Amino acid sequence: MPEQAQAGPAAPPQSAWAIYCAFNRLALQGFGAWLDRTQFLELLSVCQVLPGPNVVNLGLVLGHRWLGWRGAAAAASGLLLIPTLLVLMLAVAYQAWGQWPALASLLRGMGAVAAGLVLAMAFKLAPALRQNALGWPLCAAFALATCLAVAWWRWPLAAVVLGLGSLACGLAYLRLRRQARHDAA
Amino acid sequence: MNALLYGSTTLSGAEWWALFAHFLMLSMLAIGGAMVTAPDMHRYLVQERGWLSAGSFTDSVAIAQAAPGPNVLFVAVLGFQVAGLAGAAVAMAGSLLPSTVVALQAARWLQHHRQALGVRAFKAGLAPITIGLLLSTGWLLSAPARTLTPQWPLLGLMAASVLLSLHSKLSPVWMILAGGLAALVFGW
Repeated sequence: MPEQAQAGPAAPPQSAWAIYCAFNRLALQGFGAWLDRTQFLELLSVCQVLPGPNVVNLGLVLGHRWLGWRGAAAAASGLLLIPTLLVLMLAVAYQAWGQWPALASLLRGMGAVAAGLVLAMAFKLAPALRQNALGWPLCAAFALATCLAVAWWRWPLAAVVLGLGSLACGLAYLRLRRQARHDAA
Repeated sequence: MNALLYGSTTLSGAEWWALFAHFLMLSMLAIGGAMVTAPDMHRYLVQERGWLSAGSFTDSVAIAQAAPGPNVLFVAVLGFQVAGLAGAAVAMAGSLLPSTVVALQAARWLQHHRQALGVRAFKAGLAPITIGLLLSTGWLLSAPARTLTPQWPLLGLMAASVLLSLHSKLSPVWMILAGGLAALVFGW
């Protein structure tokens, strides 16, 4: 059944169950193999502009396109239902045995890797800033200011995104407009 | 049973609402993914409310990252740590409801207008903010590795996972489990 979903728009899945199964399988396997398909990349870039978890948004939008609200619900529950149960079982185990020294060591090691993975995500995205309309020096300044504001000065996220974010978007708008006029002339 | 359902801290009605409302707000700010809201969850849950210790915050994210599935699930673990299964449900509902409504309404419009100046400026402007937020999330999660004295084995583990993640296709789940086992065996 998941093959139907992977075939893309050419052969849309017919049932909510098929969509649920496909996304459940994807959730449990991770998305590495899946994201290099062009149609998904284009959708993903749209989903990255939208607020919320990217992968869940992607599932919602695809599911909705295929089968309306039933497809969206099937995709979201496929992505979230079983993984949520699994992760909550781990959380219960953590509450019961988290104080054990061995488990505390295990979690410290896991935490260090988790921190590394998030940093790696930032490094993977950073090269894309070279094509950014703001230019890389301004991008670096905004990234640094955001990092300091959040990690050092502990500003609330709303202030950072609404303040620095709208300043950055405004500057990007001015630059893109100037570029468009320049191209037209 | 009650501890499982509602956790060990008892939240008042107003506190339940505040928890839900905060996650509702963060859902709308999660541009670039759920992980960018982690520092604000830390600020709110650990510093402002004192519902969680810094250590169990980091542990929660590590647990969620180790499990398969989208990384938004760290929200469920945080909610569970604060207020049991009900807390997990409230945190997840708050995190998903606004973004779901927006995604379903706006995706078609955005894809149609992706060449529009405003949409491109929005995307370009938020890209460096997203990267800054990810860097601060990484900084925050590395706190246990640099408390008081730097914990060199943990910092080394962190650096190794950055390099492995950039230069190999190894699944993050295996990397997290391997890191945890290494720390267990060597007693870091």
